[in-house]
Amino acid sequence: MLEFTEQGIYCPQADLYIDPWQPVKRAVITHGHGDHARWGMGCYLCHRHTAPILRLRLGPEIAVQVLDYGESFTANGVRISLHPAGHIVGSAQVRLEYAGEIWVVSGDYKLADDGVCTPYEPVRCHHFVTESTFGLPIYRFPRMEAVFSEINTWWAQNASEGMNTVLLGYALGKSQTLLRHLDVALGPVFLHGAVANVNAALIADGYRFPGEYLSPETNLQKRRGYAVVAPPSALGSPWLKKLMPYRVAMCSGWMQLRGARRRKGVDRGFVLSDHADWEQLNRAVTATGAEHVYVTHGYERPFARWLHERYGLRASEVHLQGAAAEEDEP
Amino acid sequence: MKLFTELFVAIDRTTKTNDKVAAIVDYLRLTDDRSKLYAIALLIGNRPKRPVRTADLKRWAADMGGIPQWLFEESYHIVGDLAEAIALMLPPGTSAVDYPLPSVIEELATLPELNDEKKEEIITNYWRHLGKDERFVFTKLITGNFRMGVSRQLVIKALAVYLDIDEAAVAHRLMGKWLPAKETMATLFAEPERGIRDFQPYPFYLAYQLEGAPELLGDIAEWYIEKKLDGIRGQIIVRNGQLFVWSRGEDLLTDKFPEFGPLKDVLPDGTVIDGEIIPWRAGQPLPFQVMQTRIGRKALSPKILREAPLAMVCFDLLEWKGQDIREMPMQYRRNLLETLLSSTAIPDVLLLSDLMPFNHWGEVEIFRQRARDFRCEGVMLKRKDSAYGSGRRKGQWWKWKTNPLTVDGVLIYAQSGHGRRANLYTDYTFAVWGDDGTLVPFAKAYSGLTDKEIAELDGWIKRHTLERFGPVRSVEPYHVFEIAFEGIQESSRHKSGVALRFPRILRWRRDKKAGEANTRADLQQLLDAM
Repeated sequence: MLEFTEQGIYCPQADLYIDPWQPVKRAVITHGHGDHARWGMGCYLCHRHTAPILRLRLGPEIAVQVLDYGESFTANGVRISLHPAGHIVGSAQVRLEYAGEIWVVSGDYKLADDGVCTPYEPVRCHHFVTESTFGLPIYRFPRMEAVFSEINTWWAQNASEGMNTVLLGYALGKSQTLLRHLDVALGPVFLHGAVANVNAALIADGYRFPGEYLSPETNLQKRRGYAVVAPPSALGSPWLKKLMPYRVAMCSGWMQLRGARRRKGVDRGFVLSDHADWEQLNRAVTATGAEHVYVTHGYERPFARWLHERYGLRASEVHLQGAAAEEDEP
Repeated sequence: MKLFTELFVAIDRTTKTNDKVAAIVDYLRLTDDRSKLYAIALLIGNRPKRPVRTADLKRWAADMGGIPQWLFEESYHIVGDLAEAIALMLPPGTSAVDYPLPSVIEELATLPELNDEKKEEIITNYWRHLGKDERFVFTKLITGNFRMGVSRQLVIKALAVYLDIDEAAVAHRLMGKWLPAKETMATLFAEPERGIRDFQPYPFYLAYQLEGAPELLGDIAEWYIEKKLDGIRGQIIVRNGQLFVWSRGEDLLTDKFPEFGPLKDVLPDGTVIDGEIIPWRAGQPLPFQVMQTRIGRKALSPKILREAPLAMVCFDLLEWKGQDIREMPMQYRRNLLETLLSSTAIPDVLLLSDLMPFNHWGEVEIFRQRARDFRCEGVMLKRKDSAYGSGRRKGQWWKWKTNPLTVDGVLIYAQSGHGRRANLYTDYTFAVWGDDGTLVPFAKAYSGLTDKEIAELDGWIKRHTLERFGPVRSVEPYHVFEIAFEGIQESSRHKSGVALRFPRILRWRRDKKAGEANTRADLQQLLDAM
């Protein structure tokens, strides 16, 4: 029912694309990250909470149709519905059913509950398209609660030494997760503009996060021991200087590896990801009951081979053009 | 092992040397004396020998992790560090027991005598009972590439703080291959009694490369100028009728250099000489490759000894009649050395380093540029009034090396690096154009680019891969790099027919196209000119 084409994942029967990277007429968008939601589509179809993100990033004039989780519509006989992917706010798996055959395109997902977005729900299907960002057994992430507690302990220690704490995480997704779990009793929290913009876009849907936008006018002179949440691109930028003296941490699944941690040149690396780790990927794939699995975005080759050898699944690797190996794991 | 693991993590986390020193001092204050000795040995790189085969270790880890060997290998290539890969792929451990560091290391030392089954039992048992970081450190101890991320100088600094003694004294006590099992903190760090630590060399005084103009050093008459020879820096020690020959890398090489054997009967007791050990014949140094033909061998046949005869070119005297004279001015030490070597009975394996009779810095510069013609790699500049320092210090001694040879090569293969460079393509193979228009690999190099350049090149490599062979990728011949090296030798083992000494990347020649790189014939010309 689905084809992997030059433009993206295509459903000929319904005549629509999923997360296409070239302009097409109708696009179903799994979530608001830049490598999934691109500019120039005739019409965007997405979860209700993804819509404000698309408007923020692609412009208010785009045409958007929204759905709730579990709500479905039919296009030329194909029944299409969205289901929670647990990746970031509004992230969805796309379920397509036609003539008794069910496909699920999971987009990016994680099984761990981050306390912000609707937790992942397994969807039974015959054909499952999965990401594999962390599809190697070296990526077994610690429990999120343990990481949050490490982060708060670190912040408290920095504050006790008169240092500010800078936490780097992608502006959409990671930042909100961090903000939800920071212990605001430890001190004030400030936000980089990119993070503040996302938070503002989500307010209308009832999402509230702590933190004050750090504007050029904000006076930090007499402040010490505060925390700042900023995107990874802030690292090494002059913007950071204003926050001296500070310690800086990168929050990312890639921090699992010592080499990656050291290369970033940060004081700490916290293993915190929006993506499924090895265990979660295995659990997710087997829970769908799918016999055909298409592995994209990441370690396609080894993960597909593993699924085949371990579970006897018909697993194949799919190289999507738009899926560059990005270190920032958006 | 928990405290030691915490130390490792603390050192690993920071790049600030003060924080590292503080972490070591904290550790020394918290742990027991026996653990201290083992930890110090590890910190300065006296690590245990690898007690098991890497292949076995991989198999046991994959089995325990419930994953096939190919997936283990695939993952290991991404991590780049075997111990880390294993620690990440094992199922979660309990971390219930705190094994004392000394007993862990002593038990590992007994492993080579055990059968494979028993080895597996011991190691997997540790794995099962250690937390993630502990597993990593433990496995690092086994894989044998244990590096703590602190320089020896930092360890010395921390010990000096902790013991409240002079850094130079600490440096001296740590020299040589001492065994933690055979020492106590008192025996290791107390002023040694005569006869107890006869083997112990002095810390080598090292020179920085001169970067500015030599004129800034002032009057040339205040300086000794010597040839910088390309051999192995070493110390010859004679104490209580025993001879010890140490390399700068602190390997005890006495047995490797039977030529020096007679010295123990000739040199007075309490003599320590610093110099360059170098293959030498008919008043001339031989190329370094001649040295390499014998250094790796266990048994030295008469043929090898004949073909690669060694001598030490002596340039300093550190101990004389049992007195440490390192604080005396160089001029004084040099005079004693000359007297010693000119006394009749010294065999001709000890040569005096010639002082070069230059009157102007300009003459030195001309000599330096042509250093290869004189079979040396540049000059050493030493202040006549300088004391013999400890470690690398600026100001009193300088090395001033000749400019390297360079060739422009095309990048053809890349391999991912290790440690900090894991998962980045950082080990490169370069090629020159052969007569038939094909590319002939001639050098491998992995240093010389900035982190930024490495990241850029890494991205390019991933996008322009032609083929993969395990961790190696072949790439489109596109980028040209200027490769610098210190020497070139004919070699039948290399495809290009030459072997380079110390090849490294001098710069990325973005201005050149692949076709403009050098040729095999250019290498031949360099070879012929040597």
